[in-house]
Formats: sequence, C-alpha cells, structure tokens
Amino acid sequence: MECLSFTYPAREPVARRVHVGVVGSGDLEVLLEPSADADAHVAVTTSVDGFGTVWKHVLDRFFTRFAGAAAIEINDFGATPGVVLLRLEQAVEALRA
Amino acid sequence: MSTAAERERWLARPSFIELCARERARAILDPGSFRELAGPFDRLKSPWLPLQGVVAQADDGVVIARGSIDGQPAVVGSIEGVYQGGSIGEVSGAKLAGALELALRDCERGRPVRPVLLLETGGVRLQEANLGLAAIAEVHAAIVALRRHVPVVAVVAGLVGCFGGMSLAAALCSRVIVTRQARLGMNGPEVIEQEAGLAELDASDRALIWSLMGGEQRYATGFADVIVEDDAEAIAGEVRRAFAAAATTPRSEQVEALIARLAAIDAAHPPDPGALRALWARRRGQ
Repeated sequence: MECLSFTYPAREPVARRVHVGVVGSGDLEVLLEPSADADAHVAVTTSVDGFGTVWKHVLDRFFTRFAGAAAIEINDFGATPGVVLLRLEQAVEALRA
Repeated sequence: MSTAAERERWLARPSFIELCARERARAILDPGSFRELAGPFDRLKSPWLPLQGVVAQADDGVVIARGSIDGQPAVVGSIEGVYQGGSIGEVSGAKLAGALELALRDCERGRPVRPVLLLETGGVRLQEANLGLAAIAEVHAAIVALRRHVPVVAVVAGLVGCFGGMSLAAALCSRVIVTRQARLGMNGPEVIEQEAGLAELDASDRALIWSLMGGEQRYATGFADVIVEDDAEAIAGEVRRAFAAAATTPRSEQVEALIARLAAIDAAHPPDPGALRALWARRRGQ
C-alpha cells in the first residue's frame, strides 16, 4: 500500500461534493469536494506500490481538462490508468449534473 | 423455451445485482426519499485495514439510508459486496448495528421504522476478527429485539451471497427475499473445500454449489420466504409486500419444527439436494 499526494493550480471553485466508485478489484473510489484553498489537491491511497510516475501522468492529463479547486481523495484497489481516468471523469460529470 | 417477448422483457429489466450498495438502497426506498447517514464524506473508515496494508473504503462498505417505504419511515442497511467481499468489520458492523438499534428506539417510542437489510457478505472480516464478530452479535441482538415491533426484511440478491455470522442475521429476519443467483449458507464453498477437502465439496463446481445453497434450493427448503427475479422493481415490490404481510412466528422461534427437520435426516447417509427438497419441502401456505 502506498500513499501519494499531488497539487495542481486551479481556476474555478468547486460547488459541491461527489462520490463515485468502489474499492473493489481493479476499481477505485473518488471523493471530490471543495478544496480548503485555491489549489486542487489529490491524495491517493493505492494497493499497488511503485507506480507514482504513472499516477502523475494520469493526473497531469486529467488536470489539463479540469480546473476546479477540488480536494480529491482516491482509494485505489489496482485500477488501470484508463479506469482511473474514467472514474475521475465520472466524478466531474456528477459534479456538473 | 422463452419467447422473444420474454427475452426482451428480461433484457429491459433494471437489474438489482448490477447496482452498487448505494444504488440498491435507493432502489428499495420510495423515489426521492433516500437520505444517507454516516456516508463516505464522514470518513468512518476501518482503522485496522491500513495497518495490514489494505486500502480502506471511505464508508467501510456499508450504506445506511433513511427514507420511506410506502410512505412509512424506513431504514436500509446495504452492504457493498465488491469491497472486501462485503465483510463485516468493526466500523461497518457498528453502522449496521447502530442503524438497527436506533430503529428499535424509534419503535419503542411508538414511531415504527421499517428496517431492510441488503445482505451481500462473506461474513466477518478476518482482518478485524473479534471486533467484527462482536458487531455481528450486536446486529443479531438488534434484529431479534426489533422484529417484535416490526418485520425485519432481508434481501440476498447475489452475487456474493450471504455467509458466516451474517447468514445467521438473515435467518433471524422476519422475511428473507432471495434471487436465483443468491447463495445463503454458514460456510462458503471455498471454506468447506479448504477445511474438509475436495472430496467433500468442489468449490469450482458452480452447479453443485447452487444446488446446495443457491436461492432456489433455499426457497424450496424453507430458508427463504420469497424468490424473485433479478429485477430492482420486483425486489422493491416484494419488500413492500413483506411489510404489508400478516405477522408470522419468526423462523428461528419455530424450534420444534426445526428439531423435527433435523430428526428426519440420517447423518450417516446425508440426502442429496433433491432428496432434501422432498424431506424439507415447504408446506402449503408457507
């Protein structure tokens, strides 16, 4: 198990909180809520060690399209990068619904 | 053979099994009445799993929701089978027991609350051992106290099924609703194979497993009261019918009948699943 944290600059506030996903095999849960400051913060807890660089690439890509000042908690149970991105985008979709 | 129309209807149905725990609770409650208590943002996580290198889920795999069923106040405890096999730890068990105990307090004060348990669980969470077992005992005690006031309704839909101490919780409920895909039993097949050997039970033989502990067999032998298709609307309908039904003696209080059932079995020559259905057939009106 490994804990990783990332910070990204944000441009707009996040209005509410959303929860998607489940900590099941090959899946993850995302808790997204307003950040305490003007930046976006991501705290990842993952069951698979040694993939910090891959997480950074996935999140770098996600934050090219998302500018919300969100505090995002990710609890991951071995999701592939594709599944991680899909869950993050599902959270944004729920945020905007 | 099913007709094309039947197949279309089957494909169009809203599956209950495919729903996550939160969506299942929402599907049982009256539309728009779902209100979650102690949800993921309250972060009541297992303190024990991370110490053992296991990632914890923010709600510990149990969704507690208040709302209404046919306009009457209700509480649903829904277990997420995909997270740690729906296992009951200190926190998830306390959430279930606490919800039932609060419903009991409301009932005692003359404000009945309809309790529903959506059981998708392998039983106690081994990483939390006695703490999970203690919580399961609290769930048992709460069900027994609560069913004197109001029916306690359990749904076992699958695909995890309901095992271990939580199968006892199901057995204590006033009414048990299952699907064909459900399994209900004390020991899960893998546990039996591991403990008693492959000759006793081949856990990879799905037809055999379901013939022993599957929903149809459990219904046919009287361990479940209702069998229903994997259809969220049909299951929600059966939950409503369970609360509308006349009160019956809880299964676990029918001691003489249960002793008579056991007496009908020759332990030296245990019956196969078909023979057990004949021995323990549902009586008319059951």
